[in-house]
Amino acid sequence: MTLTLNHYLLVSGLLFTIGFAGVMLRRNIIIIFMCLELMLNAANLSLVAFSRFNVGADGLPNFDAQVLTFFIITVAAAEVAVGLAIIVALYRARQTTHVEDITSLKF
Amino acid sequence: MNPLLFWLFSILMLGFGISVVANRNPVASALSLVVSFFCLAALYVGLDAYFLASIQVVVYAGAVMVLFLFIIMLLDLKAEVRRKFNKLAICGGAVVALGFSAQLLGVLGSHPRGDQPFPALKLAEGETLNDLQKVGETLFSQYTLPFQVIGVLILVATIGVIVISKRELK
Repeated sequence: MTLTLNHYLLVSGLLFTIGFAGVMLRRNIIIIFMCLELMLNAANLSLVAFSRFNVGADGLPNFDAQVLTFFIITVAAAEVAVGLAIIVALYRARQTTHVEDITSLKF
Repeated sequence: MNPLLFWLFSILMLGFGISVVANRNPVASALSLVVSFFCLAALYVGLDAYFLASIQVVVYAGAVMVLFLFIIMLLDLKAEVRRKFNKLAICGGAVVALGFSAQLLGVLGSHPRGDQPFPALKLAEGETLNDLQKVGETLFSQYTLPFQVIGVLILVATIGVIVISKRELK
Protein backbone atom coordinates (compact mmCIF):
# COMPACT_ATOMS: atom_id res chain seq x y z
CA MET A 1 0.00 0.00 0.00
CA THR A 2 1.42 3.36 -0.99
CA LEU A 3 0.87 6.62 0.79
CA THR A 4 -1.10 9.27 -1.05
CA LEU A 5 -1.85 12.92 -0.40
CA ASN A 6 -5.28 11.95 0.91
CA HIS A 7 -3.76 10.03 3.82
CA TYR A 8 -1.95 13.12 5.04
CA LEU A 9 -5.00 15.33 4.53
CA LEU A 10 -7.16 12.84 6.42
CA VAL A 11 -4.78 12.75 9.40
CA SER A 12 -4.54 16.54 9.34
CA GLY A 13 -8.33 16.87 9.23
CA LEU A 14 -8.76 14.44 12.12
CA LEU A 15 -6.22 16.38 14.20
CA PHE A 16 -8.13 19.59 13.43
CA THR A 17 -11.39 17.91 14.46
CA ILE A 18 -9.87 16.78 17.78
CA GLY A 19 -8.70 20.33 18.47
CA PHE A 20 -12.08 21.76 17.50
CA ALA A 21 -13.98 19.31 19.69
CA GLY A 22 -11.65 20.24 22.55
CA VAL A 23 -12.41 23.93 22.12
CA MET A 24 -16.15 23.18 22.18
CA LEU A 25 -16.11 20.69 25.06
CA ARG A 26 -13.49 21.82 27.56
CA ARG A 27 -14.15 24.59 30.07
CA ASN A 28 -10.60 25.22 31.26
CA ILE A 29 -9.22 28.18 29.36
CA ILE A 30 -5.65 26.80 29.26
CA ILE A 31 -6.82 23.50 27.76
CA ILE A 32 -8.86 25.46 25.20
CA PHE A 33 -5.66 27.30 24.32
CA MET A 34 -3.78 24.01 23.86
CA CYS A 35 -6.53 22.77 21.56
CA LEU A 36 -6.10 25.93 19.48
CA GLU A 37 -2.43 24.96 19.09
CA LEU A 38 -3.52 21.51 17.89
CA MET A 39 -5.67 23.12 15.21
CA LEU A 40 -2.80 25.34 14.04
CA ASN A 41 -0.55 22.29 13.80
CA ALA A 42 -3.14 20.41 11.76
CA ALA A 43 -3.08 23.25 9.22
CA ASN A 44 0.73 23.09 9.21
CA LEU A 45 0.71 19.36 8.51
CA SER A 46 -1.52 19.76 5.46
CA LEU A 47 0.67 22.62 4.18
CA VAL A 48 3.83 20.52 4.45
CA ALA A 49 2.07 17.59 2.78
CA PHE A 50 0.99 19.84 -0.12
CA SER A 51 4.56 21.11 -0.37
CA ARG A 52 6.03 17.58 -0.63
CA PHE A 53 3.43 16.30 -3.10
CA ASN A 54 3.78 19.34 -5.39
CA VAL A 55 7.20 18.60 -6.86
CA GLY A 56 8.13 21.32 -9.33
CA ALA A 57 10.05 21.20 -12.61
CA ASP A 58 13.37 21.30 -10.75
CA GLY A 59 12.49 18.06 -8.96
CA LEU A 60 12.29 19.69 -5.53
CA PRO A 61 9.33 20.22 -3.20
CA ASN A 62 7.47 23.52 -3.29
CA PHE A 63 9.22 25.57 -0.64
CA ASP A 64 6.65 28.40 -0.58
CA ALA A 65 4.40 26.23 1.59
CA GLN A 66 7.25 25.49 3.98
CA VAL A 67 7.97 29.22 4.34
CA LEU A 68 4.27 29.77 5.09
CA THR A 69 4.46 27.05 7.75
CA PHE A 70 7.49 28.79 9.22
CA PHE A 71 5.48 32.02 9.44
CA ILE A 72 2.56 30.19 11.07
CA ILE A 73 4.88 28.72 13.72
CA THR A 74 6.31 32.19 14.43
CA VAL A 75 2.88 33.80 14.74
CA ALA A 76 1.71 30.92 16.95
CA ALA A 77 4.65 31.49 19.30
CA ALA A 78 3.78 35.20 19.59
CA GLU A 79 0.12 34.30 20.07
CA VAL A 80 0.95 31.90 22.90
CA ALA A 81 3.00 34.55 24.70
CA VAL A 82 0.21 37.15 24.51
CA GLY A 83 -2.57 34.66 25.27
CA LEU A 84 -0.87 33.27 28.35
CA ALA A 85 -0.18 36.80 29.62
CA ILE A 86 -3.89 37.56 29.24
CA ILE A 87 -4.77 34.34 31.09
CA VAL A 88 -2.44 35.29 33.96
CA ALA A 89 -3.97 38.78 34.13
CA LEU A 90 -7.44 37.20 34.12
CA TYR A 91 -6.46 34.84 36.92
CA ARG A 92 -5.14 37.72 39.00
CA ALA A 93 -8.40 39.62 38.56
CA ARG A 94 -10.87 36.74 38.98
CA GLN A 95 -8.94 33.80 40.57
CA THR A 96 -10.35 31.36 38.03
CA THR A 97 -9.51 29.79 34.69
CA HIS A 98 -12.98 28.40 34.12
CA VAL A 99 -14.84 29.97 31.23
CA GLU A 100 -18.18 29.37 32.96
CA ASP A 101 -17.13 31.52 35.93
CA ILE A 102 -16.39 34.52 33.72
CA THR A 103 -19.76 35.96 32.83
CA SER A 104 -19.35 39.72 33.21
CA LEU A 105 -19.99 40.29 29.52
CA LYS A 106 -22.88 37.84 29.30
CA PHE A 107 -26.11 39.42 28.15
CA MET B 1 7.99 7.61 3.82
CA ASN B 2 7.54 4.11 5.04
CA PRO B 3 3.74 3.58 5.37
CA LEU B 4 4.26 1.66 8.60
CA LEU B 5 6.07 4.62 10.18
CA PHE B 6 3.43 6.99 8.85
CA TRP B 7 0.62 5.03 10.49
CA LEU B 8 2.58 4.57 13.71
CA PHE B 9 3.27 8.28 14.15
CA SER B 10 -0.18 9.34 12.91
CA ILE B 11 -1.96 7.09 15.37
CA LEU B 12 0.35 8.16 18.20
CA MET B 13 -0.23 11.83 17.31
CA LEU B 14 -4.02 11.49 17.16
CA GLY B 15 -4.13 9.34 20.30
CA PHE B 16 -2.17 11.85 22.34
CA GLY B 17 -4.28 14.63 20.80
CA ILE B 18 -7.38 12.90 22.17
CA SER B 19 -5.58 12.55 25.49
CA VAL B 20 -5.06 16.35 25.54
CA VAL B 21 -8.82 16.82 25.32
CA ALA B 22 -9.78 13.95 27.62
CA ASN B 23 -7.37 14.45 30.54
CA ARG B 24 -8.68 16.22 33.63
CA ASN B 25 -5.23 17.17 34.89
CA PRO B 26 -3.79 20.17 32.95
CA VAL B 27 -0.19 18.98 33.42
CA ALA B 28 -1.04 15.60 31.86
CA SER B 29 -2.74 17.43 28.98
CA ALA B 30 0.33 19.58 28.39
CA LEU B 31 2.68 16.58 28.42
CA SER B 32 0.40 14.73 25.98
CA LEU B 33 0.57 17.75 23.73
CA VAL B 34 4.40 17.58 23.81
CA VAL B 35 4.33 13.94 22.64
CA SER B 36 1.79 14.84 19.97
CA PHE B 37 4.10 17.59 18.67
CA PHE B 38 7.07 15.19 18.60
CA CYS B 39 5.06 12.75 16.47
CA LEU B 40 4.12 15.61 14.17
CA ALA B 41 7.83 16.45 13.82
CA ALA B 42 8.43 12.81 12.85
CA LEU B 43 5.76 13.15 10.14
CA TYR B 44 7.58 16.28 8.88
CA VAL B 45 10.81 14.25 8.63
CA GLY B 46 8.89 11.70 6.58
CA LEU B 47 7.80 14.52 4.27
CA ASP B 48 11.47 15.61 3.79
CA ALA B 49 10.92 18.88 5.69
CA TYR B 50 13.88 18.49 8.05
CA PHE B 51 14.16 22.19 8.89
CA LEU B 52 10.50 22.43 9.88
CA ALA B 53 10.81 19.24 11.93
CA SER B 54 13.66 20.72 13.95
CA ILE B 55 11.77 24.03 14.32
CA GLN B 56 8.73 22.08 15.47
CA VAL B 57 10.76 20.35 18.19
CA VAL B 58 12.67 23.46 19.30
CA VAL B 59 9.87 26.06 19.16
CA TYR B 60 6.72 24.05 19.84
CA ALA B 61 7.77 21.05 21.92
CA GLY B 62 10.46 23.15 23.60
CA ALA B 63 9.65 26.83 24.06
CA VAL B 64 5.86 26.97 23.74
CA MET B 65 5.19 23.93 25.90
CA VAL B 66 7.62 25.08 28.59
CA LEU B 67 5.64 28.33 28.66
CA PHE B 68 2.39 26.38 29.04
CA LEU B 69 3.77 24.21 31.85
CA PHE B 70 5.25 27.29 33.52
CA ILE B 71 1.86 29.03 33.55
CA ILE B 72 0.04 25.90 34.73
CA MET B 73 2.43 25.54 37.64
CA LEU B 74 2.42 29.29 38.35
CA LEU B 75 -1.37 29.32 38.63
CA ASP B 76 -1.20 26.04 40.58
CA LEU B 77 -4.05 24.45 38.65
CA LYS B 78 -5.37 21.25 40.18
CA ALA B 79 -7.17 18.49 38.37
CA GLU B 80 -10.61 19.69 37.48
CA VAL B 81 -13.41 18.75 39.78
CA ARG B 82 -16.20 16.87 38.10
CA ARG B 83 -18.80 19.41 37.12
CA LYS B 84 -22.22 18.98 35.71
CA PHE B 85 -21.72 18.53 32.00
CA ASN B 86 -23.21 21.13 29.78
CA LYS B 87 -25.37 18.93 27.54
CA LEU B 88 -25.75 21.59 24.90
CA ALA B 89 -21.98 22.01 24.54
CA ILE B 90 -21.40 18.23 24.29
CA CYS B 91 -24.13 17.79 21.70
CA GLY B 92 -22.91 20.81 19.76
CA GLY B 93 -19.29 19.63 19.88
CA ALA B 94 -20.17 16.11 18.77
CA VAL B 95 -22.43 17.31 15.95
CA VAL B 96 -19.87 19.78 14.62
CA ALA B 97 -16.97 17.31 14.91
CA LEU B 98 -18.89 14.50 13.19
CA GLY B 99 -20.22 16.89 10.54
CA PHE B 100 -16.73 18.14 9.85
CA SER B 101 -15.34 14.60 9.59
CA ALA B 102 -18.10 13.57 7.18
CA GLN B 103 -17.50 16.68 5.09
CA LEU B 104 -13.77 15.93 5.08
CA LEU B 105 -14.31 12.37 3.83
CA GLY B 106 -16.62 13.66 1.12
CA VAL B 107 -14.12 16.24 -0.08
CA LEU B 108 -11.19 13.80 0.00
CA GLY B 109 -13.21 11.24 -1.96
CA SER B 110 -13.87 13.68 -4.80
CA HIS B 111 -10.47 15.39 -4.76
CA PRO B 112 -8.97 14.63 -8.21
CA ARG B 113 -5.30 14.89 -7.29
CA GLY B 114 -5.62 13.24 -3.91
CA ASP B 115 -4.75 9.76 -5.14
CA GLN B 116 -1.33 10.58 -6.50
CA PRO B 117 1.39 8.48 -4.90
CA PHE B 118 4.48 9.96 -3.27
CA PRO B 119 6.37 11.81 -6.06
CA ALA B 120 10.08 11.11 -6.24
CA LEU B 121 12.54 13.97 -5.87
CA LYS B 122 14.97 14.53 -8.73
CA LEU B 123 18.36 14.94 -7.15
CA ALA B 124 21.79 14.73 -8.74
CA GLU B 125 23.88 11.62 -8.14
CA GLY B 126 25.08 11.45 -4.52
CA GLU B 127 23.26 14.66 -3.56
CA THR B 128 20.90 14.93 -0.62
CA LEU B 129 18.00 17.35 -0.23
CA ASN B 130 19.30 20.57 1.34
CA ASP B 131 15.96 21.95 2.43
CA LEU B 132 17.36 24.43 4.95
CA GLN B 133 19.23 26.26 2.17
CA LYS B 134 16.18 26.23 -0.10
CA VAL B 135 13.83 27.50 2.62
CA GLY B 136 16.33 30.22 3.48
CA GLU B 137 16.67 31.28 -0.16
CA THR B 138 12.89 31.45 -0.57
CA LEU B 139 12.47 33.30 2.73
CA PHE B 140 15.08 35.95 2.04
CA SER B 141 14.35 36.51 -1.66
CA GLN B 142 10.62 36.21 -2.27
CA TYR B 143 9.36 36.74 1.27
CA THR B 144 11.66 39.42 2.68
CA LEU B 145 8.86 41.88 3.46
CA PRO B 146 6.64 39.34 5.29
CA PHE B 147 9.73 38.26 7.23
CA GLN B 148 10.31 41.82 8.44
CA VAL B 149 6.62 42.25 9.25
CA ILE B 150 6.85 39.08 11.37
CA GLY B 151 9.79 40.65 13.20
CA VAL B 152 7.69 43.74 14.00
CA LEU B 153 4.84 41.46 15.09
CA ILE B 154 7.08 39.69 17.59
CA LEU B 155 8.30 43.04 18.91
CA VAL B 156 4.69 44.19 19.36
CA ALA B 157 3.83 40.92 21.10
CA THR B 158 6.78 41.31 23.47
CA ILE B 159 5.80 44.86 24.38
CA GLY B 160 2.18 43.81 24.75
CA VAL B 161 3.09 41.01 27.15
CA ILE B 162 5.14 43.41 29.28
CA VAL B 163 2.28 45.92 29.40
CA ILE B 164 -0.31 43.24 30.26
CA SER B 165 1.91 41.74 32.95
CA LYS B 166 2.36 45.02 34.81
CA ARG B 167 0.90 44.87 38.24
CA GLU B 168 -1.75 47.49 37.70
CA LEU B 169 -3.32 48.31 34.39
CA LYS B 170 -4.04 51.99 34.12
